[in-house]
Amino acid sequence: MTPRVGRARIPGQAAREEGTAAGPRTGDLGPGPAEIELAVNGTARRLRVEPRVSLLDALREHLGVTGPKKGCDQGACGACTVWVDGRRVLGCLTLAVACEGREVTTVEGLADGDGLHPMQQAFLANDAFQCGYCTPGQLMSAVALLEEGHASDDAEIAEWMSGNICRCAAYPNIRAAIRQVRDGGGGDRP
Amino acid sequence: MSTAPQIGLPLDRVDGHAKVTGAARYSAEYTPPGTAYAVLVCAPIASGRVTAVDAGEALSVTGVLAVLSHLDMPRIAVRPNLVPSLAGAAAHGQSFFPMQDDRVHYAGQPVAMVVADTLERAGHAAELVRVDYAEEPPVVTIEDGRDRAYEPERIFGGFVPGRTEYGDAASALAEAEVRIDGAFHLAPNHHNPIEPSATTAVWEDSHLTLYDATQGPTATRLTVAELLGVPPSQVRVVSEAVGGSFGCKAMIWHHPALAAFAAQYVRAPVRLSLTREQMFHSCGHREEQEHTLELGATRDGVLTAIRHRKLSPTSHFDDWAEPSVGPSGRMYACPNFQGVYNLFRADTMTPTFMRAPGEASGMFVLETAMDELAYRVGADPLELRLRNYAETEPGTGRPWSGKGLRECYARGAELFGWAGRDPEPGIRRDGNQLVGTGMATAFYPVYGAMNPQRARARLHADGRAVVETGCSDFGTGVGTVMRQVAADALGLSAESVEVRYGDTDLPNTVAAVGSAGSGAVSAAVHAAGTALRDRLIAQAVADERSPLHGADPAGVRVGGGRMFLADRPDTGEDYTDLLRRAMAFDVEALGEWNPPGPQGEYGTGTFGAQFAEVGVDPDLGLVRVRRMTGVFAPGRVLNRKTARSQLMGGMLWGIGQALLEATHVEPGRGRWANASMADYLLPVNADAPDVQVETVEVEDRAAPLGVKGVGEIGLVGAAAAIANAVFHATGRRFRDLPITVEAVLAAE
Amino acid sequence: MRPFAYTRAADVAAAVAEVGSDPGSEYLAGGTTEVDMLRIGVARPRRVVDINDLPISGIEELPGGGVRLGGLARMSDAAAHPAVRGRFPVLAQALEKGASAQLRNMASMGGNLMQRVRCAYFRDGGAACNKRAPGSGCAALGGVDRGHAVLGTSEHCIATHPSDAAVALTALDATVHLRGRAGERSIALDDFFLLPGDTPEREHPIEHGELITAIEIPASEEARTSHYLKVRDRESYEFALASAAVALLVEDGRVARVRIGLGGVATKPWRARRAEAALAGAPAERASYERAAAEELAAAVPRRMNAFKIELARRTMVRALETTASLGARGGTG
Repeated sequence: MTPRVGRARIPGQAAREEGTAAGPRTGDLGPGPAEIELAVNGTARRLRVEPRVSLLDALREHLGVTGPKKGCDQGACGACTVWVDGRRVLGCLTLAVACEGREVTTVEGLADGDGLHPMQQAFLANDAFQCGYCTPGQLMSAVALLEEGHASDDAEIAEWMSGNICRCAAYPNIRAAIRQVRDGGGGDRP
Repeated sequence: MSTAPQIGLPLDRVDGHAKVTGAARYSAEYTPPGTAYAVLVCAPIASGRVTAVDAGEALSVTGVLAVLSHLDMPRIAVRPNLVPSLAGAAAHGQSFFPMQDDRVHYAGQPVAMVVADTLERAGHAAELVRVDYAEEPPVVTIEDGRDRAYEPERIFGGFVPGRTEYGDAASALAEAEVRIDGAFHLAPNHHNPIEPSATTAVWEDSHLTLYDATQGPTATRLTVAELLGVPPSQVRVVSEAVGGSFGCKAMIWHHPALAAFAAQYVRAPVRLSLTREQMFHSCGHREEQEHTLELGATRDGVLTAIRHRKLSPTSHFDDWAEPSVGPSGRMYACPNFQGVYNLFRADTMTPTFMRAPGEASGMFVLETAMDELAYRVGADPLELRLRNYAETEPGTGRPWSGKGLRECYARGAELFGWAGRDPEPGIRRDGNQLVGTGMATAFYPVYGAMNPQRARARLHADGRAVVETGCSDFGTGVGTVMRQVAADALGLSAESVEVRYGDTDLPNTVAAVGSAGSGAVSAAVHAAGTALRDRLIAQAVADERSPLHGADPAGVRVGGGRMFLADRPDTGEDYTDLLRRAMAFDVEALGEWNPPGPQGEYGTGTFGAQFAEVGVDPDLGLVRVRRMTGVFAPGRVLNRKTARSQLMGGMLWGIGQALLEATHVEPGRGRWANASMADYLLPVNADAPDVQVETVEVEDRAAPLGVKGVGEIGLVGAAAAIANAVFHATGRRFRDLPITVEAVLAAE
Repeated sequence: MRPFAYTRAADVAAAVAEVGSDPGSEYLAGGTTEVDMLRIGVARPRRVVDINDLPISGIEELPGGGVRLGGLARMSDAAAHPAVRGRFPVLAQALEKGASAQLRNMASMGGNLMQRVRCAYFRDGGAACNKRAPGSGCAALGGVDRGHAVLGTSEHCIATHPSDAAVALTALDATVHLRGRAGERSIALDDFFLLPGDTPEREHPIEHGELITAIEIPASEEARTSHYLKVRDRESYEFALASAAVALLVEDGRVARVRIGLGGVATKPWRARRAEAALAGAPAERASYERAAAEELAAAVPRRMNAFKIELARRTMVRALETTASLGARGGTG
């Protein structure tokens, strides 16, 4: 079962059901650059990358999608948190080629046109960031957190947000933002 | 009619929308067509020589454009000389630049640089560069270098003398009724902003643009221009968004110049991003330090003497120590003080500013000893501080320009519920935890810019204004207070003021360091805003068609986007009417604020009071902070929301300092052994309790606009409050940081 | 990162054939270990075979009360599964105390068992490491060894096994199901991990290309009163300094059945059999727990910085036993 995360605007929801053939490919790709297609924020994007290119680098360096941040490149900070098939994961430990046939959502895909997602509004209102560098990852975790049902109280929020390090230490404000969206009826409704 | 004052209001950040949508651009996010990627090869040894560099295999990698080492690197134009960026000049992080010869002075020193067409290829080729070394046994830790100690003439980039004394501390200690002597050890710390430093360098003919993560775009400009030997006017630095710094981007290290050299060499834009591991050996750190503190006091706990000595390693090229003993000589009314720094030369890079450099460490030491003194003489720890309250600046007797500490103590105690605290240690249980409370004082100096600070304000014919300065906003909120200050000066709503910053094409401001950034920038923006306002008023009173024609400019007020007579508010006109009549697109003014220099007549400082409650699981060695209260007197608060966040963030840094943060040195190798975010432990969300933060408004007679700054004071004393709470919980005194699980277990 | 080719396997047989027949191919599941190892140059395959599409991610309740976790079941899905939470709370807790929510969404159960050690010298290509480069020595000996093991070490390797889940699984007597070119077989979890001895490079008794298709946990009454205690410097998102997985059944004030795993202190997920033996039939009280813990740690070997872990492991085990006993007393099932 794949929990759905975020708004209904994640198209396709190519759920990772068992037996679903994810990509059209057979045979080896690479090691040189190969053309692949990624569905990023609902748009099909073609790019030429080597298999060793991480999803994070593909987004940032090849597609100009720089919302996801590189903080440690080894899964120790959470700044690169994005959703793949609606689940929050780390872009730095994911290969771009492995995401063919899956839906990738970044912070750029959170807002509905000009209207901010309620969680984005709550982060603004609660000053849930300072330098803003960990913020895209915090937001992707925060919205997912509500969908997962891991926001019953502050202790649970804190634990399930601990994979996103904020060196400015805006943590109490991040919790306040999440509470606000939770108590306003959840992150789904504007 | 008039606009409510914006200064102080908790406005949302001006860059908030960009930061929550991913639109904010950080320095590694400018990728002009054809951008190549540089990756550094760093020495795994701490001392020795490079004996050979074999780039053959690296050069055979597809897409590799260049491999540079000391053998082929362009030579720098001047030998760097460490001057703190607050001075407004070139601000080399250390008096050394790598890849100029074969010598290795510290582990992680860059010895080669690979440039390739993609990040992956550059990274892979960097692994293939073969460098041979003749390794020499390193001296890195205090344990290694204690015997080589010397007393430097000056430290901290020349800002601070190596020894400070008043009275006769030795005699007073010998005669003291009560003595508290303590030895303290503090592990090295690293800043670890989540954004690693990065520079994107782009040459167009002889003009260089650097997209750089820096606390001071102008500092980057001047430093790189000096190293490359190009006129500063041909170097532009853009720092639109910076992902945290905490001091590691306050000085200009080697990577921006290396990126510029690389871009010149391969004739293409070049991005040089430091890896997380490289962040540990590329932009300084808070040095390992050993403190000896001796307090002499009367039986009532009135201080008679303070002697504070510190020993720490520095590099081969600079006499650097953070000024940790300084606060001990300025905090309490005490007639006799001696503060002495000792250094030894080590195979390390020059340490650097890290949030509250000196105060965070020194006040941990002093405030731990004060807690001990309180217990020794049987006084409440807060009462003991009041007994030693410095009504004037210790050592000089000058009046404070503004203090407010008494108010901070009182309000903090009230918020925290300090009154009636049972001082008995080790007796409160909550399940498996022993519970305790502690407090400490916070002190941070007031630093000021040394050169003119500029801003520009422009009013457009549609009534909207743009205000500009060159400063960068790395999370301080300076951009937001620019808007508020300009809005008040011009009598506009905040929404009608747009701000631009983070670019050396804009009017020059000093690097935002020493908690002085917002004060300096605000003063410049205020000057620009009032200059523009005065110009508009002058134009109106001179204009026959204006209702204000002939009025005394001094009697004209602004507000709500219009100018009007103070005594007859109905008489006046909108800015837009004036500009339309004049057929002007816009009107602008440059504002300049000239710092008054050291205020000889006043003692200065920012003060606060910290309180913490901890739970200690003595069986498992775990310390967890349950709640914190901090009350500070930072002068005028420009934005309650962003200032609160700064103070809160500082306080929560105290949890890291007290309980988690330590960089370990590899025995015998002299390199950092835990240079990763998995192994250097920063507090996570679950470590950070809710925090009560308040400020007390106390007028300051010396600071620009009365602003003393909030960037660092929040950290100072927080670790001591936590450690003192651990004592109250357990009855065990901890003088080494961080307070680890093994230390708690061993203290039983 | 070195270059490598990539392919996606369509079914288990093909995946096993692709990797089993090629020493230069490695599996890619959740990637949380493999991509990290690729980036730091410890893993150097010529090709990775992506197995994420294989139909082995299910979680199945077995008749009789056991659970079968597909090799590709994600840690988060295993932790959230009602059967796991109800029947094996120790496993759900261990899973949720491992890594972060994002990493748990990625990491597979099989990958969790196959994860590599976090020893800084293993990760640093320039350092001596018998596990990475057999015969090169062990830089952790005399190095910064605060996080290293005190149980199951040798003079060739003292790296701590990092998994939390495997500690719970060893206490639960789980079985690892494998598929290789020679067919299918099963290995008891405790046997699935090898002590370093003088071959620290060999971590599992399996052939190259053998794939974990499932992990099976047998039903047991004591597993319903089970508990995982993890001790670490910070409150979350950190490997254990010490941890204990305890399943305990107390009858008439005495230990009727007990199974204990230790983590953070040993070179493999540590089944504390000495402590279990010491506890059999003993009064369910602190003195018994302390005696058992002392027994288990008697063989521990301290190093330069990690001696505290011996005492910490004892206390962690005692606390976990006390906590679990109190759960049983209240009749709770976690």
